[in-house]
Amino acid sequence: MRFSFTDDQLAFRDAVRDLLEKECPPQRVRDAWTNVDGRSGAWDALEEMGVVGLSHPEVAGALGVDEIAVTLILEETGRFGLPEPIVEHTAVALPAVAQHIPEAVTDTSLFVAGGPMVPYATSATALLLERDRQLYLVDRSAATLTERASVDGSRRLYAVEWEPSNAVEIGGPEDAALAFDRGALGVAAQLIGVAQHLLDTTVEYAQARHQFGVPIGSFQAVKHHLANVALGLEFARPLVYRAAHSVARRDLDRSVHVSTAKAHASDAATVAARVALQVHGAIGYTTEYDLHLWMKRAWALAAAWGDAAWHRARVGRAILDTDPSEEQ
Amino acid sequence: MDLTFTEHEEAFRAEARAWLEANVPRPALPSGDTREGFARHLEWERMLFDARWAVVSWPEVYGGREASLMEWLIFEEEYYRAGAPQRVTQNGIFLLAPTLFEFGTAEQQDRILPRMASGEEAWCQGWSEPNAGSDLAGITSRAVRDEAGGGWRLTGQKTWTTRGAFCDRLFGLFRTDPEADRHRGLTYFLVDLGAEGVTVRPVERLDGDEGFAEVFLEDAFVPDRDVLGGVNEGWRVAMATTGSERGLTLRSPGRFMATAARLIDLYRRHADATDPAVRDAVIRGWMDAEAYRWQTFWTVTRLMEGGRTGPESSLVKLFWSELDVRIHATALELLGPRAELVDGDDAAWMKGWQFALSGPIYAGTNEIQRNVVAERVLGLPRR
Repeated sequence: MRFSFTDDQLAFRDAVRDLLEKECPPQRVRDAWTNVDGRSGAWDALEEMGVVGLSHPEVAGALGVDEIAVTLILEETGRFGLPEPIVEHTAVALPAVAQHIPEAVTDTSLFVAGGPMVPYATSATALLLERDRQLYLVDRSAATLTERASVDGSRRLYAVEWEPSNAVEIGGPEDAALAFDRGALGVAAQLIGVAQHLLDTTVEYAQARHQFGVPIGSFQAVKHHLANVALGLEFARPLVYRAAHSVARRDLDRSVHVSTAKAHASDAATVAARVALQVHGAIGYTTEYDLHLWMKRAWALAAAWGDAAWHRARVGRAILDTDPSEEQ
Repeated sequence: MDLTFTEHEEAFRAEARAWLEANVPRPALPSGDTREGFARHLEWERMLFDARWAVVSWPEVYGGREASLMEWLIFEEEYYRAGAPQRVTQNGIFLLAPTLFEFGTAEQQDRILPRMASGEEAWCQGWSEPNAGSDLAGITSRAVRDEAGGGWRLTGQKTWTTRGAFCDRLFGLFRTDPEADRHRGLTYFLVDLGAEGVTVRPVERLDGDEGFAEVFLEDAFVPDRDVLGGVNEGWRVAMATTGSERGLTLRSPGRFMATAARLIDLYRRHADATDPAVRDAVIRGWMDAEAYRWQTFWTVTRLMEGGRTGPESSLVKLFWSELDVRIHATALELLGPRAELVDGDDAAWMKGWQFALSGPIYAGTNEIQRNVVAERVLGLPRR
């Protein structure tokens, strides 16, 4: 048992962090609310660095990279609030498409995935979609996209109408289940990053903001709120890393591990958002201040790829409804 | 990242499981927090010691197996999975022993550790006083130098001493320099409860057991060889022990995994009449035990690679103590009108509920732990 990342994985994470610090400052996240496609402009730089295509089986095989390394990077993208379809493309669609129809992957292809709404669908070349536990690749031109508004203005969501007859079937129930688990794992990692950002910025605010002549962070009521955020994060994060390992190794209990992680990560991030707003007070209630960008991301991602209640129910079916004699 | 156990670890687990399955007493022993039950538990401790399972992580010379932290966690998982008895020696082997290994002289280690491991000498903790609980540095029990006797004379009162009425010795803090600052001038003493001038009065706990005691000291003599760490160094020495207490040595994940598994068994017996909200709480209990397990593996990997525990251990204490309360609350909901019964097959849940409620109080209240997290992990200003 060695439950930690390798030096290579950490070094790559640090390099991505440096890049995002430069390419995705809070102003870019804010701009994505009002620009044409809801995106950061950092995609090309991420592509150049090898982040976007990291999960392509050929690249991953050559570099010895798997879902564990990808998860660590997605956590960073959450921390910086990166408005890009990185979970949808890199974590979910690219490995599935490249495995089943490698010729569909070109230098310019961008895939998205999801359901019932798909983010950034108009930016994509094709959509990875599930119907009746079958996995399909749907060309964007073969789908009817209807724009829906997310609470997170950078997440451009689309309801998708499509017919399997106009799509390429690329996998069965196992492929569909793996794609879903990759999506849930990916947003769980991002939620950890979002929660960490909310905690860090709120601690900073509580140190700087004075009332009654002292920093508000010296009041016990505020301290205990923030300690609760740290508590949720401390115990959610290892679950996400463990789920990444289970996905990478195709563990038989993978789905239970992913659901445990997603439920905890969603809860950690929504608690972080709730406390962040309360500690900031009225300034946090404005859209002029950056806090709302991360709060709304937390709410959006907590709901995406199965919310906490949905994932707990999935865990429940596995641990409560099976025959006890089959368990260890 | 490699989340499989090594062959060696698996063999260790198998050996522990086989021994426990063959030896765990059936039916379960009476509570170790009663006089009769305590004696029965000491017999069990002797069996553990003879089979070298009492202190697996200790050096072989003191009865251990020099097990790694990971193996210790595995042993704990197996121990609680097997439904083995509570460890009435825990305050010695998990709280005092780490301090002895760090600060004790070779003479103290050789003299004290083997008798502690075998249960021949049972230890209790003497920290809280009537006017010093969360504010531990406010203790007033004092020790005065007895030059002629070659030791110290202790006077004062300790309270909430777990199993104090049944134990042989007490470790605790006493004020040796009344002029010094609150945190200075304290010394860590190892006290013989049979010494002249020591009176122990049992106190009945919330759950009805005589698990508590008050300890009164009046000019009780403690020889120099029973000072642990330096004179007036007691605060620093004691804080090393609280680190162990809050961290993973007091309440390992195996305990809560076993409780969550019992909760699932209970759910299955009541599933027909279960409210969906209670079902959800059962699932949360299991998931939270998992969270604790994996957070521990994460921490232990860091420790095995040379890291140290710090104030993060307060997060651990918060998590397991509140998890234990939640799991027991859910069990009582499943039991419905039978929750109040303290006889019969399900009585352990009401008993366990009451014990779980002590978790957020002992080893530093959870209010204090949240302050520690806020100030020392997050860096918020002290008042």
